[in-house]
Order: sequence, then C-alpha cells, then structure tokens
Amino acid sequence: MNRNRKSGKQEGLGSRNHESRRLKRFRRFLVCRFPDFLLFSCVPAFLFASSAAADVVVGSKKFTESYVLGEIANRTLTDAGIRAEHRQGMGGTIILWEALKGGQIDAYPEYTGTIATEILKSDPSLSFDQIQHSLEKLGVGMTAPLGFNNTYALVMRRSEAQRLGIRTISDLQGHPELKFGLTHEFLERQDGWRPLRQRYALPQQNIIGIDHALGYSALASGSIDVKDAYSTDAKIEQNDLFVLEDDLHFFPKYEAVFLFRPSTRADAVAALRHLEGTLDETRMIRLNAEAERTKNYARAADLYFEGSPRSNALDDSFPRKLARWTLRHLQLAGFSLVLSIIFGIPLGILASRGGAIGHVILGFVGVVQTIPSLALLALLVPLPFFGISVRTAIAALFLYGLLPIVRNTATGLQDIPRSLRESAVALGLSPMARLWKIYLPIASRSILSGIKTSAVINIGTATLAALIGAGGLGEPIISGLNLNDHVTILEGAIPAAVLALLVQWCFDLVDRVLIPKGLRL
Amino acid sequence: MSALVKLEDVSKRYGDAIALCPTNLSVQSSKTTVLIGPSGCGKSTLLRLIIRLIEPDSGSIELDGKAATADNINVLRRRIGYVIQEGGLFPHLTARANVLLMARHIGKTEEEMHNRLLELSELTRLSQNLLSRYPVELSGGQRQRVSLMRALMLSPELLLLDEPLGALDPLVRASLQKDLKEIFTRLGQTVLFVTHDLAEAIYFAHEIVLMNEGRIVQKGTITDLREKPADSFVSEFINAQRGVASV
Repeated sequence: MNRNRKSGKQEGLGSRNHESRRLKRFRRFLVCRFPDFLLFSCVPAFLFASSAAADVVVGSKKFTESYVLGEIANRTLTDAGIRAEHRQGMGGTIILWEALKGGQIDAYPEYTGTIATEILKSDPSLSFDQIQHSLEKLGVGMTAPLGFNNTYALVMRRSEAQRLGIRTISDLQGHPELKFGLTHEFLERQDGWRPLRQRYALPQQNIIGIDHALGYSALASGSIDVKDAYSTDAKIEQNDLFVLEDDLHFFPKYEAVFLFRPSTRADAVAALRHLEGTLDETRMIRLNAEAERTKNYARAADLYFEGSPRSNALDDSFPRKLARWTLRHLQLAGFSLVLSIIFGIPLGILASRGGAIGHVILGFVGVVQTIPSLALLALLVPLPFFGISVRTAIAALFLYGLLPIVRNTATGLQDIPRSLRESAVALGLSPMARLWKIYLPIASRSILSGIKTSAVINIGTATLAALIGAGGLGEPIISGLNLNDHVTILEGAIPAAVLALLVQWCFDLVDRVLIPKGLRL
Repeated sequence: MSALVKLEDVSKRYGDAIALCPTNLSVQSSKTTVLIGPSGCGKSTLLRLIIRLIEPDSGSIELDGKAATADNINVLRRRIGYVIQEGGLFPHLTARANVLLMARHIGKTEEEMHNRLLELSELTRLSQNLLSRYPVELSGGQRQRVSLMRALMLSPELLLLDEPLGALDPLVRASLQKDLKEIFTRLGQTVLFVTHDLAEAIYFAHEIVLMNEGRIVQKGTITDLREKPADSFVSEFINAQRGVASV
C-alpha cells in the first residue's frame, strides 16, 4: 500500500508540470541537441520496480547485527508468502524512526533502551510496558523482546586491560592517559558518553569520534585504547577484547524488538511476532560472527533458520548486483544532473548580468558547495517532502551540481568580447534572439565544460546516497566499510571510478556535436 | 540636399569624463561623411550613439525624421549597417550564416536571400566559395568584405563604418578602399565613415568633419580645412599628416 503511494509521488517529481515556458525551451534545446544523451535516457526509467513490488519494506541500521535482523525478518516474511524487501544499513536511529513514521519502511529492528532515551526522550529505566504504551500513542507497534540484550559496553584490548589491571569501568578512573575512540552516535546519545563520564567521574580528555567498524582497527593498532561496543558484537571474540564490567549499572537494558507500522498487514505482523523470544545472546553473537566471516548477511540469517539455506538468497550474483547498483547510480547522477542543467543555465544567464541578483545567485550556489555532502543529506532528511528517499539524494546532488554549471555559464557569457555583443545589438536582433543565436552558442564550450564537471562530481558524490538507503554504488562501499572488508569497498569504488571516466569520455564526444564547428577550428 | 541623420545638441559623458559635448550634425543623403580626429575625440561615440549602442545624455537623434524609441529601436537598427574594425563576425557561424543572420531572423524567403547574396558577393568581390568558411578561416581583408556584406544585406539607408580598414596591411587596405568607394558610388549609399587617417578621409569624403576633445572643430572639404582652418588645432592636424595627404 504505502509502497504504491510512494512510487506515485516519485513519478510526480519526474513530471514537468511546474516548469516555466522558458525552462521548457531549454529542455527542447537539450533534447534536440542531445539525441542520444546517455543520462537523459535514465529519466523515464526513474521508477524503481523493486520497491514498488514489495508489500512490506524492512529497514535496518548501519551495523552488522541490524543487517542480520533485517535479513531474518525479510526471510521470515518471504517464507510467510509476503513480498518483502530489506533496505540495508539506512543510517542511525533517527533516520530509521523517521522512515518508519514517514512510511518509507514498515518495520525495523530496534532496542528498548534506545527507544526510551532516543525516541521517547525519556528515562532509560522505563519498563517494557511503559515503552509499549508510549509507542502506541505515537502510532507505532512493537513486538515482544526477541530474546537477547545488546547493551552498550566499553571494551579494551585484553592484554592492555590485564597489564593495567582494569576490570570495571570504575577502574578507568586511575588511568587518565587512555585514549577513547567512540562512535558519533554514542558521543551524542542521552544514555551515552556524557552521562557515563559523569556517573563514573572519568578523567580522560583524549576522546575522538570514529566509525564503529573503523574503531576496531584503531583499537587493534593501538591508536585508541577504549571504545564503545555492543555486548553481542562478534568483534569482541574475534579481536580478543575485554568487556569492562558496568559496575555502577549505568547502561540500561537494550532488548532487541521489531518496531512496525500499525498499518502493516496482519499476517506480516504475525510473522514478525514469531521471532519473539527465539534469539539469545550466544546465538546472536554466532550469527554476527557468521555475517562478518562470510560477508554475507543473508547467509548469516539462514543460520537462524538452521540448515535450510534459502536458494534465492544467494542467487544475487555479482554481475547482477553490479548492474543494479550501476543503474541506480546512473539514475541518481543522471536525474540530478538534468535538474542542475535545467535550473543552472538560466541561473547562470541571470548571474552573468552581474548586479545584486548575480551576486546572490553565485553566493548561494557557492555556499551550497561548502556544506559537507553528508551534512546536506542530514539537513534534508527531516524535511517533509524528503525523508529517507531517493528524492533526498537527488535533491542534494542537484544542489551540488549547480555551482559548476551556473559559474561556467556566467563566465562563458561574460567572456564574450564586447565587439561581438555590440555587433549582435547593432544588427537589430531582439534580446532573446541574441541570447539563443549568438551568446549561448559562443559560450557553449564553457557551459558544456561546467556540465561535464558537474556530471563527474555527481558520479562521485552519488556514492553517499547509499547512506540514506537510496542505493547505487555506495551500497557496497558502505557495507564494506561496516564490515571492514576492502574487497567489498572496491566492488563499489572501482565501478564508480570507471563510471566517472566513462562519463567524462562521453561528454568529450558530446562536445564535438554541440560546440559549433567554427569555435573548434 | 536632404539630411538623413540629424543630431541636435547630443551629448554623452561617462562619470566625469566628457565623451561628447553638445553636438549638432547632419549627414547628407547619398554622400560620404568622414569623421576624423585623434583617438578619444568622440568620433566612435558619435557612431555608437546613432545606432543606439549607447544612449545620449541629452539632445535628439533622428533617422529620416524619426527618433528612436524602445519600440522601434530594433527596426531602426535594421535600417542601418554597421561595420567595426574587428569585423564583429560571429565565430560560430559561417560567413554565409553571418551575412544571412538578420534576413533569416525577419523571415526573408530563401530565394530573396540567395539573390541578394549573389549581388553582394559580386559587389564586394568576395568569391562565393569562401562563404562556407568560418571567420577564423578567412584573412583580415576577406573578413571585412563579409562584414560589409552583412551590413548591406538588408539594403540599409545608412552605413556606419568605424575604422573598418584600421587593422589591415597597406596593400589589402588600398584595394579595399578602392572597392569600397566604388560600392558607395554604385549604391548611392549614405555613409558615415570614421577614420584617423587623413589620406583615407580625403579619398572617401564628400564632407570631412574634424573632431577634437568631444566637439566638432570644423566641417567642410579638405580645401576648406587647409585654407580656412577654424583654429590652430585644424592646421596642426592637417600638417601632421601632410606628407601622406599630398601623395
């Protein structure tokens, strides 16, 4: 249901109802002059069959256990005859929560402690019933606990802990020189670093924020001494880490549950409820370890169903995945580029006239470019129209693509010699005819090089779209980063680089068609 | 004799710099009037005012009794041909497309355009097969011939030439001077010609208008200027170029 409504909206984005006549003229110009414009062909395909076909969409957070739980839910739903889709590693708590409320996903795995503090902004000591009651009021359903408690923990290298004689978190008080590397989420959480430090009166000053998966490497190499972890984290076993005892009982319970929308089909909710009480800590650690060992979440999820590996979980061969990632990547970059062209060229023309408007336009696109891409995505996500969706990724890429096009259009026009401008005026051409027949063609080389720059930047930046579940070649990069697996990272990084080169090469061909011959001699 | 262009008390300044003091000038039909004077004397400004590349601060400019307004400005411009030293040809268009640009824009038929193009290439002695070239593929002299064809395409009543031969080498310049003069005579063309070269002025002019520091110093034939100079500047200017002028 929700899926259909959503894909309908995306179609609306692609339609050109809101374009002014002038923009249409630009589009006509582009269409008739780019008959085989590679990226344009992506636009009609800009509806995604995969998500439109699923009845229930399961989301997951960006860490191994969440991926595995998402896969387990996906498999359970599929086995119950429900068309399900798993959107892996969409982001942190707030992103998943907003996506659930916004209807972009129907269910995702969450932890009771997180719900109490982060979502309900309440006391971590809330009882399970109190949490369930509060969620009901917010219009969200919750299953009973799945069976394991994945609380936060602080971990150290076992050898180091033994050498210093540290066993509990309180023991850290005597070692102010220790370096802490904490995840960004833990640093900011209500039940995270700040109250923990207060409670235990920790003296350490050397605290850095670091990605969860990278933090393990940093810990192993000795760049940091203490990091936050989850109690079911497979890395604890693998890396021979020591879990410091929470002797003051600071960390609340983090019982795993599934959150779901009440509008979710009853049979789907029933299927999710079948998972209640079926996963204890030992089992979860084993699944997590399997996921990290095989780099395959679906196979780890299969372990849960014991000995009945699902045939279609593995038939997603690399070429097919690559094709899917690449197609989505081209859709993201292509559609946003088309938008950048449609808006960038008119803005560039306005900016070329200078004055206050020109300064405002160039100032605006310049400032947008200075916002870190990750921050821009994060800023767009809470806005009503955007949320966790492809729209958000395209909007961000579109904004990034503007600067090169606007600036090159403006300078290309400003660089036209005065003698040529005056000749066009003196001939008696109307202002529009001057622009279309004289100024734009003469500035075409500069404008096209702006478009080319924008396209290449877009191909690179589009890898970040995977952070908000928009897919593309960023998907393997982020999974790989999460698993600390270089091969998976390269599966996304190499095609993205090749794509950028191909796009550059295609535009060199387009130059030969679009730049008037007289300017190329 | 009737005046095709009439300027009354026309002046132009850029900030504190006076480009043109209040000036009166009539350009006679079917005659070649040459504006001459040192660099910065206001002669190009005067031309640019007539075709309204710039607007005057005061005074009126009439073409054939009509003043330019926002509505008729482009129609008026099409009745004037304008050639500048750099040629002003559009680099992305072939010579032919440059010449036909305005005719196409206002919807002339292919046949009309073809016939006019034949006339013009014969008139300007530019070989037809050069017309398919782009401006960068043409020599300076050829470019100015194309530029002249473009200016004459719509049979303008007035032709404004702003040092059209200034950038050419002496041999090409001499042959173009000869051709230009023939063309003006054949067409009975009204011409306002700007140059800083006295010999060229004498060669073309029915009337010479000598300018200095934003004002007209003297109008008349070369004989008038030589024998009855209005002030010492006129004598100095004539004497400075005498060696050439007496050739």
